[in-house]
Amino acid sequence: MDRTYFGQHSSAQFNEALESIRNHLMEMGGLVEKQVVDALEALLQADSALAEKVLETEDKVDKLEMLIDEQCTKVLALRQPAASDLRLIIAVSKAVSDLERIGDESAKIARMGLQLAEEGESPRGYVEVRHIGNHVRNMLRDTLDAFARFDAKKALEVAAEDNEVDLEYRSAMRSLVTFMMEDPRAISRVLNIIWSLRALERIGDHSRNIAEQVIYLVEGKDVRHISVDEMEEKLKG
Amino acid sequence: MDNASTLNKGQQVRRAANPLQAEGKPPMSNEHPYPEKTVGAPFVDDPKMRMRDVDVFYGDKQAIHGVSLDIGKNEVVALIGPSGCGKSTFLRSLNRMNDTIDICRVSGSLHLEEQDLYDPKMDVVELRARVGMVFQKPNPFPKSIYDNVAYGPRLHGLANKKYDLDEIVETSLRKAGLWEEVKDRLHQPGTGLSGGQQQRLCIARTIAVSPEVVLMDEPCSALDPIATAKIEELIAELSESYTIAIVTHSMQQAARVSQRTAYFHLGHLVEMNDTDTVFTKPQHSLTEAYITGRFG
Repeated sequence: MDRTYFGQHSSAQFNEALESIRNHLMEMGGLVEKQVVDALEALLQADSALAEKVLETEDKVDKLEMLIDEQCTKVLALRQPAASDLRLIIAVSKAVSDLERIGDESAKIARMGLQLAEEGESPRGYVEVRHIGNHVRNMLRDTLDAFARFDAKKALEVAAEDNEVDLEYRSAMRSLVTFMMEDPRAISRVLNIIWSLRALERIGDHSRNIAEQVIYLVEGKDVRHISVDEMEEKLKG
Repeated sequence: MDNASTLNKGQQVRRAANPLQAEGKPPMSNEHPYPEKTVGAPFVDDPKMRMRDVDVFYGDKQAIHGVSLDIGKNEVVALIGPSGCGKSTFLRSLNRMNDTIDICRVSGSLHLEEQDLYDPKMDVVELRARVGMVFQKPNPFPKSIYDNVAYGPRLHGLANKKYDLDEIVETSLRKAGLWEEVKDRLHQPGTGLSGGQQQRLCIARTIAVSPEVVLMDEPCSALDPIATAKIEELIAELSESYTIAIVTHSMQQAARVSQRTAYFHLGHLVEMNDTDTVFTKPQHSLTEAYITGRFG
């Protein structure tokens, strides 16, 4: 048995199908990542044109989601994949729905950006958006890298980061709520910021979900709905 | 980090890695492709059959290298692996079917409960009644359906009266899921049945002598999908009363019918584990490669 056998399927078509699914997922990941970055930029710089661009990208992301789902269904029906191939298909088909949701959340942020560009800036919250935004953006980048490289360790780090994002989100919420009580005239604009923060926090959650799929893909272990400590424990065992 | 810089320029291009080359996988080596010890859990508590360090030779050629595994009571064990990996040879050594081949030599310890299968005092005919076998190609005797099933019980003196024999024939055919289809033509030749029916007839013939273990050597490879589904259904039902070891080329079949799966590779038992584990997360890279169709 030659070493090169292990990379290659006996069926070249099966190989191509898996390759194509992985490449489409990576393409979709890249698009969504760009959406998040652009949406943040649009909000922070009050750049309406960029916000519009984010909204336009949604369509492409949705199409990719459907395409990947279709390809996965086809592989399941025609090839009855097993072991790592099966885990790849399952992980991809779950990851695409998270990616699509991340796209939706970035579109929300872009819409908030459009509104703020029209109504005028919020007096507060940009620092928090920038901070949490950067954090979440890195999480998404890392989780996609982990998927591309089948790197369970990195995926675990992403899951751990999500806890920090949640903490930051709660603390930002507290300070913005306090501010709104002090200055009710700013409520509508600050609310736009709050919705954006909420969307960012959700993006963090979705990135963590994808990271959990990476761990399933690489290690074959289901680490959903448990704490990061429990995850580490499970990966050791 | 260069990631950050590419990110700013826009979309980054990621290349998907090969899962088999991912970190943490045992490296492949051409010289020593087998684990020193079988990976997974080849042993069970209170086994029905217990095999240790089994070697099988055909003349000078060694076909099985030190295989140790247990088959649990009322368990369905699937033996899978590429052609020529020794799974059939191993299966055939479990009821001394290899005795019929002159140059074949079996060593190691093979036990059916406490009984040593290769004990010189062992009555092979009695052993094969306790450990029955169903072959790849349906091979009914050129006799009537009734006589096919009644052959074993007659030979072993299990029925004294015609009435008893009738009952054994009916029960066996019912268990094999064939009774309804043949009850009106029991005295027609068994060879006149369809392939799937013939195979079920052979299963009825095997279970007519109330074996403890049923060995199946690719029982469905000559059958169409519907007949295959029936046999698989049957295996699930039979496992309530019998212990079953099945050799199959269809991995989906192994996944569907068995509780544990053993993966053979060039005469070595590479991995044996719960079927679920073998098909979702095999531990050895050879198993992984075979299960995912990367060779074989």
